[in-house]
Amino acid sequence: MKPSNSGVSSAPARDCWLPTLQLATQEVFELMLACPLEVPGEAPVEGALDITAMVGLAGQLCGVLTLRCSAKSASHMASRMLGIDAEKAGPEMWDAVGEICNMVAGNFKNKISGLGDGCMLSVPTVITGADYNLHSMVDTGIHTVLLFEGEPLALTLEVHS
Amino acid sequence: MDNICALIVDDSSVMRKIVERSLRQAGLSIAQVLEAGNGAEALAAVQTNKVDLILCDINMPVMDGLEFVKQLSGVENAKGTPVVMITTEGSEGHVVQALSAGARGYIRKPFTPDQVKEHVLPVLEKKS
Repeated sequence: MKPSNSGVSSAPARDCWLPTLQLATQEVFELMLACPLEVPGEAPVEGALDITAMVGLAGQLCGVLTLRCSAKSASHMASRMLGIDAEKAGPEMWDAVGEICNMVAGNFKNKISGLGDGCMLSVPTVITGADYNLHSMVDTGIHTVLLFEGEPLALTLEVHS
Repeated sequence: MDNICALIVDDSSVMRKIVERSLRQAGLSIAQVLEAGNGAEALAAVQTNKVDLILCDINMPVMDGLEFVKQLSGVENAKGTPVVMITTEGSEGHVVQALSAGARGYIRKPFTPDQVKEHVLPVLEKKS
């Protein structure tokens, strides 16, 4: 994916959002997949992250949360969620990644004071393939990469200021 | 309650399976599990089946979970059937909305099987 605003920045008032997004994501993986995520010591090579899940936010916070991972990671997520072999995950890996993105978005907004009631989430959308441009009409954003079973999991929250 | 029929309403088939697994892990004696992908499908299901317990998401296409709970009160076949919401919409306002609409419990995603047990068992005990 090539975001149109690759130079995302974080406003001072939103400094807490990055650790909050990381925490929200870690909680989802620990509770629903019984798998802790690692915060890498240095920025990992993101490589071919060809599964993208997106959840829109509207209301007091408008924007989009994007979660990107490899197909291999997506099948492992579905495997952990459903208790099946990763090879048997099939199309359910898209559903699994979409639902994880949805839970991360919900968990994140519920952790931001005053945002829970004033912000609605869309149903998730999942894109397969890495060769596309995303043109979201946003002003600022935060980006982080966590490691799921040693593989990168990229999260980007792009918001209207 | 033994041999209950549970209806799981969520637009994610993965989440429906996780909820079913959590119910079984909670030790419930389940005779049948029905699934619906949105509120409209769930309304159709309760009109033709006797359901003992409904677990329902909020954010769904076609008909959301809050609208489903409101319309459920008009379904004769579902009078007294407890609904527990399972959703990412975990704010106090959403909880109040859901309980006002008729839901008996509220579980926030992400959740553990223990949390499902904690919220579902009291609801079923009250029903019986």
